[in-house]
Amino acid sequence: MQDFAYIAANTVSEAVTLLDEKGQSARILAGGTDLIVQVREARRDVDWMIDIKSIPEVNVLDYNADTGLTLGAAVECYKVYAVDEICDAYPGLVDATKIIGGTAIQGRAAVGGNLCNASPAADCIPPLIVLNASCVIAGPNGERELPVEQFCTGPGQTAFENGEMLVSLKIPVPANNSSSFYLRFIPRNEMDIAVVGAGASVTLDNAKQTIVSARIALGAVAPTPLFAEEASALLAGREVSDAAIDEAAQAAQSIARPISDMRGTAEQRTHLVGVLTRRALNGAIQRVRDAA
Amino acid sequence: MARKSHVQTTINGETVEFLCESRQSLLEVLRDELHLTGAKEGCNNGNCGACSVILDGRLVNSCLVLGVETEGKSVETIEGLAEPDKLHPIQDAFLENAALQCGICTPGFIMSAKALLDQNPNPTEHEIRYWLAGNLCRCTGYDKIVRAVLDAAAAK
Ligand SMILES: Cc1cc2nc3c(=O)[nH]c(=O)nc-3n(C[C@H](O)[C@H](O)[C@H](O)COP(=O)(O)OP(=O)(O)OC[C@H]3O[C@@H](n4cnc5c(N)ncnc54)[C@H](O)[C@@H]3O)c2cc1C
Ligand code: FES
Ligand code: FES
Repeated sequence: MQDFAYIAANTVSEAVTLLDEKGQSARILAGGTDLIVQVREARRDVDWMIDIKSIPEVNVLDYNADTGLTLGAAVECYKVYAVDEICDAYPGLVDATKIIGGTAIQGRAAVGGNLCNASPAADCIPPLIVLNASCVIAGPNGERELPVEQFCTGPGQTAFENGEMLVSLKIPVPANNSSSFYLRFIPRNEMDIAVVGAGASVTLDNAKQTIVSARIALGAVAPTPLFAEEASALLAGREVSDAAIDEAAQAAQSIARPISDMRGTAEQRTHLVGVLTRRALNGAIQRVRDAA
Repeated sequence: MARKSHVQTTINGETVEFLCESRQSLLEVLRDELHLTGAKEGCNNGNCGACSVILDGRLVNSCLVLGVETEGKSVETIEGLAEPDKLHPIQDAFLENAALQCGICTPGFIMSAKALLDQNPNPTEHEIRYWLAGNLCRCTGYDKIVRAVLDAAAAK
């Protein structure tokens, strides 16, 4: 591996000052499950690795029934699914944290790291989008918030300006009668990268028959994870039915711009968007109906 | 010459100090600096689990941890399992079940199994298979390994 300097930052401002000074030659280190591999394989040139895991703000994992979830940028996947309230409130995000890598990867990989790596196939990003998550970003000029669906700008590219880092993710309290679901297609049962991923969240009326609102997001079918805005909007006010779900699935397919690669052809991926969107919506609806 | 950092950590219950470069992984530190060669290098990219160790109570791939990150932390490796005159029950169960052939994956599987049984003393076969999904074995076909972990759980 190339040589680099390692610095364990203790505060957000220390990390931001370093990032600002060192520019492109510095990277934040969270769990390292993307970064260490990329540097070792010489896919990324890094002179400064800034470990954020000693910074208190990035380790916050706080769920509050009034304000929602604050998920520090370095909180590892296994901590997310260990909290019952989080499993109840944000099952779609929990689906993703449970399928990233295997046990050892989930012991290190952070949800924030998954987002900041900005892979089009990152499993946490579609559920974050459907859960209306926003990024709390710190930089030389202070803090700002950005909806997750605006964060990724290309494969590995993000909306970060020079000197900026992710401090935490904020997810609002889910509405009554709502739930979420994420799934992906992979050829194996475990330990693989999504050929396509789909996340959905739905809010139903009190009778659990009509969709009040829905959000759908897709992974691995474009240079960034996609928020399927039209497909989501057309479900509002519709009765739960196969026809409504098929329409949404078709609308989702129409925005997919997949490539063909060793994992799958563009045609297969487009087909999968339809299948997975239906399953994600039905899965979220079922979860609302199963809840007491 | 790359600058070396001084790191103090606990390995298998003993305080250990070492010098390492930032770019050295915990796996390299264990094997090349501390001569604890139980953890193996298979893929060096997080996919095979041959390098599995327990860091502050959590299973990790030591090839994806920097040595410098272990300052003040606690590391458990395969070398810490057996007592001088007695193997660990998981090690016994692997022998009894012939759960190894070439053996290169074995330290990783055993550390992974230990991390599982530490937090879930009675896992189902399904739970064992999911937990061990990050550990690859080219020789055994996995069944014997899963049976060994079930036996080790029952023996406790
Ligand atoms: C064997 C294996 C299997 C995997 N399986 C999956 C999978 O199934 N699904 C999946 O989506 N991914 C998978 N991954 C990829 C990876 O594990 C995840 O993307 C993980 O969530 C990354 O998190 P991390 O904390 O390890 O990030 P790191 O590697 O520490 O960081 C990732 C990137 O984000 C930047 N970064 C991290 N935190 C911040 C921050 N707070 N502010 C600014 N920048 C930041 C880093 O500089 C780096 O560029 C796998 C990786 C391996 C090795
Ligand atoms: S050598 Fe670390 S996972 Fe393969
Ligand atoms: S015994 Fe040879 S790889 Fe598992």
